[in-house]
Amino acid sequence: MMEDLFKVVKSRVKIDNNSPKKRKVNIPSDLLFKCPRCQTTIFKDEFELAGRICTNCGYHARLTALQRLEITADKSTFVEYDKGMTSVNPIDFPDYSEKVRSLSENTGLNEAIITGECEIRGERCIIGVMDSHFMMASMGSVVGEKITRAFEKATKKKLPVILFTASGGARMQEGIVSLMQMAKTSGAVALHGEAGLFYCTVLTDPTTGGVTASFASLGDIIIAEPKVLVGFAGRRVIEGTIKQRLPDEFQSAEFLQEHGFVDMIVKRNRMRHVLYRLLRFHNKEAVTTWQI
Amino acid sequence: MANLTAWDRLQIIHNAKRPNSFDYISKVFEHYYEMHGDRLYSDDSAITAGIATFQKLPVTVIATVRGKNIEQNKNANFAMAHPEGYRKALRLAKQAEKFKRPVICLIDTPGAYCGVQAEERGQGEAIAKNLMEFMRLKTPIISIITGEGGSGGALGLGVCDELAMLENSVYSVISPRGAANILWRDPAMEKKAANIMKITAEDLIELGVADKIIQEPTGGAHNDLNMVCENIVEYLFEALKRNCKKDLANLLENRYNKFRKIGMFLE
Repeated sequence: MMEDLFKVVKSRVKIDNNSPKKRKVNIPSDLLFKCPRCQTTIFKDEFELAGRICTNCGYHARLTALQRLEITADKSTFVEYDKGMTSVNPIDFPDYSEKVRSLSENTGLNEAIITGECEIRGERCIIGVMDSHFMMASMGSVVGEKITRAFEKATKKKLPVILFTASGGARMQEGIVSLMQMAKTSGAVALHGEAGLFYCTVLTDPTTGGVTASFASLGDIIIAEPKVLVGFAGRRVIEGTIKQRLPDEFQSAEFLQEHGFVDMIVKRNRMRHVLYRLLRFHNKEAVTTWQI
Repeated sequence: MANLTAWDRLQIIHNAKRPNSFDYISKVFEHYYEMHGDRLYSDDSAITAGIATFQKLPVTVIATVRGKNIEQNKNANFAMAHPEGYRKALRLAKQAEKFKRPVICLIDTPGAYCGVQAEERGQGEAIAKNLMEFMRLKTPIISIITGEGGSGGALGLGVCDELAMLENSVYSVISPRGAANILWRDPAMEKKAANIMKITAEDLIELGVADKIIQEPTGGAHNDLNMVCENIVEYLFEALKRNCKKDLANLLENRYNKFRKIGMFLE
């Protein structure tokens, strides 16, 4: 496999002998992946082969929602909820409708989250996966409504909820309506919790803003993938305020764990097993519970 | 004053003479006793919270603090709270629930503070927790935006049974300056951003977020503090009467539905 990789790379690398300084090697940028965490450049195929993980620092890069479902849910157990729900333009924000339309065409997604029901090694749960490829998975009405409905269904069906979060925050283009989705989703989490049901969040790259300040921070158990970005305020906003550069590890999963906001950091290849085990711990039918 | 644009109203609420929470508290309530600290880390001067009487009955008051001069503003961090501010608010809200007194929140903040320590102490978690806990708090909550309702920092005190807004106040997901910066990479386009973002009290009534507009005198609240306070008292009296007589299950269901129904989409 590695030999194939080198063949592909070699066939596309051009050595420029005419370069005035010294021999220059031109590697097409689409063959490379530059890690946003450690700034190291590695071959893209190597990165893909590792499951979209930086082979230098272990940063877990973004997946599409479909890729995530593929490696998380048991084969052909996933049933999608509210598939056809799409955004409107609540405050007549300029160019918003067009932006949503072209993103839908480019990504094949209707919105920034997929929700539904699935099994993880036989454990039934309601799952939501946010997709940063759709408007940085910002939360507007559709994201808020789909999450709220997922929790309401879970409460009704007495099922646990697993959410893979990723977001740039509230969706500015929907104005105050998007801010209110923070309250709406947090309310639905509260009712699910009052029913004694289990909610687990998995923070993936990047989880920020209004999503961090609502349902992403409210899990009974909070997991993060290694090296992902998690925070409330944008890094550049803070750097602008304090007028100095922040250390690389600022707002990383490890930083959050050190400060007490993440239960565990789990590598992608262990995630399915860990989720299964957590679901199992909280499955009152499968596990004989203490009479408390 | 109906013809003022969002930008005009922003000029009014940023007037240095604009009354702050302490002005309102001293005229609307009696016997305000301020309580300090979140019992976890420290006391945040960007939020004042305590117990007072309103129409002879005890209430809990939680308010953001905007200073009137540079000294006061430095002390109150320009009304931008750290996590301990939100946690103090929650502590006092839970205390209000225990002793069955309503909670009144006064909001005037550019937003939650964006800084290194705020991140280290979990700004996101602190706000998220307030949203969840305020949604289920077993006592009436009335919130009033008196100036700037800045995003998550305002919402951290904004989950309530009724939301009122002073006539010139605004409530937005991002400051017009921030929006201009993102949209046009130019903070000078602030005015244009303000006017398209639907942030005035009238807009918010139309969008189903605010429930009531409280009148201000011509030119803004600073021109007649007594009049504004009388209007606030009149509104609060009715709002508390309405919400205190609801039975608890009904109160909480209405509060959940108030937020549940916000959102526009196609399916």
